[in-house]
Amino acid sequence: MSKELQKNNIFKVIGASSLGTLIEWYDFYIFGSLATIIGAQLFPADAGASALINTLAIFAAGFIVRPFGALVFGRLGDLIGRKYTFLLTLVLMGGSTFLIGLIPSYSSIGYAAPILVLILRLVQGLALGGEYGGAATYVAEHAPANKRGFFTSWIQTTATGGLFLSLGVIVLTKNLIGASAFADWGWRIPFLLSILLVGVSIYIRLKMHESPMFTKLKTEGKVSKNPLKESFNNKTNFKMVLLALFGATMGQGVIWYTGQFYAQSFIENTCKVDFNDSRYILLWAIAFATPFFVIFGSWSDKVGRKWIMLLGMLLGILFYRPIYQVFLDDTDFTKVTQQDIQAISDPVVTRTLMDGTRDSLISTSANVTLLSGSSYQRIQSHIKFEEKGKTAAVQPDQFKDKKLSTVVFWKFVALVFFQILLVTMVYGPIAAFLVELFPTKIRYTSMSLPYHVGNGVFGGLVPFIATLIASFSGSTPLSGLWYPIGIASLSFIIGAVYLSNKKPAETEA
Amino acid sequence: MNGLKKGLGLFWMILGPASIICMFLQAYEKVGLAAEGVQKTNTALQWGIILFIFIPISAGLVIFGYYALKGEYSQLPSGSEESTD
Repeated sequence: MSKELQKNNIFKVIGASSLGTLIEWYDFYIFGSLATIIGAQLFPADAGASALINTLAIFAAGFIVRPFGALVFGRLGDLIGRKYTFLLTLVLMGGSTFLIGLIPSYSSIGYAAPILVLILRLVQGLALGGEYGGAATYVAEHAPANKRGFFTSWIQTTATGGLFLSLGVIVLTKNLIGASAFADWGWRIPFLLSILLVGVSIYIRLKMHESPMFTKLKTEGKVSKNPLKESFNNKTNFKMVLLALFGATMGQGVIWYTGQFYAQSFIENTCKVDFNDSRYILLWAIAFATPFFVIFGSWSDKVGRKWIMLLGMLLGILFYRPIYQVFLDDTDFTKVTQQDIQAISDPVVTRTLMDGTRDSLISTSANVTLLSGSSYQRIQSHIKFEEKGKTAAVQPDQFKDKKLSTVVFWKFVALVFFQILLVTMVYGPIAAFLVELFPTKIRYTSMSLPYHVGNGVFGGLVPFIATLIASFSGSTPLSGLWYPIGIASLSFIIGAVYLSNKKPAETEA
Repeated sequence: MNGLKKGLGLFWMILGPASIICMFLQAYEKVGLAAEGVQKTNTALQWGIILFIFIPISAGLVIFGYYALKGEYSQLPSGSEESTD
C-alpha cells in the first residue's frame, strides 16, 4: 500500500470512528440537557412511583450502566471483532435516542411512558459503555506506534464535541420554534435528528474494515476465548486494570466533569448567572479549547503520556478553588452602591398570602443596570404580620438572572477555557495510554472497564457529591470542590508513584 | 521508589474500607434527614446505588494496595503484549 493511500485510509478510519462516537455522546447529553422538559412531558406531575423511575433514568443510567456496557461489549469486541461491535453500539444508541423522541406523553399512555424512557435510557448507557473502547481501540490499532496519541486524540475530542453539538442543537431549535412550542413538542426534534446522523455514520462504518491487529490475531487463531476471565482473573493483567483506574482514569473523570459540567452548573446555580450567559460561556470555552485535545495527544507521542495527564490533574488541584472564588466575587452584587448604578427599572410589587394565616410575603422586584455593563434582578422581600405586636420581618435581598459585563463575561470564558484546557491535558492522551497498557486480544475489555468506572462513576458523581458536600453544615459554596480535588489528588499520587512514562518508541507496534 | 510503592500499599488497603464506612455513615444520616415518602425513598435509592457501585471499587483499592505491598508494581511490563502470562 502506498504511503498516500495509507494516509487516506487512516483519516477515513479516524473520521468514521469519531463521527460515530460524537453522535453517541450527543445522544447521551441531550437527555441530560432536556431532563426537566422530558420530566414534565413523560412523567406524571404528582410524582409518586414515577419519581423513582425518573431518578433511576436520569441519575443511574448516566454512570451505573456504562461499566456494564463496557464489560458486555468489550467481551464481544474481543471475541468477534471491533468493527461489528461498535457498529452494534451505534445502532443501539441511535435507535434508543430516536425512540425516546417518539414516546407518547404521560397523558396519552400513562406509566408506560416513564417505563419506556427508563428502558431506552439503560440501553443508551450500555451502548455508550461499549462504544468508546471500541472506537479508541479501532483507531489505535490502525495507527503507527509513534502516532497513537495523535490519532486517538481525535476520538477524545468527540465527548466535548457531542456536548457542544447537543447544546447548539437545543439552543438553535428553541430559538427557531419558540420556548413554548419547544417545551410542548419541539424537544423531540433533537432526539429525532439523531437518526439522520446515525444513518450516515452506520453507512460509513459499514464500509470500514476490521482492525489489522485483530485480523492478524484471528488469522493466527490467537483470539481470546474468554476475554473477561483473561482480563480480570489474570493477576498480571488485573493489576494493570487497577493501576489504570486509580492512577489515571479516576482523576481524569473528575477533571473532565468539573471543567465542563460543574463549572457551568456553578455559574448558573450558585452564582445565579443568566441561563443563556452561562451556556454561552461554556460554548465559547469549548470552542477555543477543543483543538488542544489533538495538541496534547500529539505531544504525548513525543514526551510520553504520564506527565501530561498528571500535570492536568495537578493544575486542577491547585487552581480550582481560586478560579471558583473569582466566579463568586465577580457575581457578588451585595456591595453595589448608588454610584455604581446606571438605571433601575420600575419596581414590581407582589403580595402572597402565607398558608393558614393573614400574614403575607411582600416582594419588590426591579432590574438594576450597573455602569460596568452588568445587570441583575434584585428582589427585596419582607413578611408583613397582621397580628398586633409583631413587626414586619425583612428577608435578605436576592439577586437573580445576572447578566455579566463584557469584561467579566470574557474573563469567565477564559477561566472555563483554562479548566477545559486541563480536561484536554488529562483526556487527550488517555486513549493511547489505555490502549498501550493492554494486549490486543483482551484490549477492548480491559481498557473499557477502568475508563467507564473512572469517567462514568467518579466523574459522573461530581455534581451529586459536590452538591452533597455543599449541603453540610458549616460548608461554603466552594466546599463541593473538595470532591474533585480529593479524587484528583489521590489519582495524582498513585499515578506519579506507580505509573511509568513509556514513550511510544519504547512500546511495541 | 519501590520502598515508597510498597509503603503506600498499606495506606490504600486501609483507605478502601475506611471510605466505605464513611459512605455508610453519610447514607444513614442523609436518609434519616430526608422527608418521609417519595423523597426518603429517592434518597435511599440514590445512596443504595452509590454504595452498590463503590463497594466493589473500594475492594479494588484494597487489592491494589495488596499488590503494591507485595511489590507487584515494582517492575511494570515494558509493552502491552507483555501484560499477560
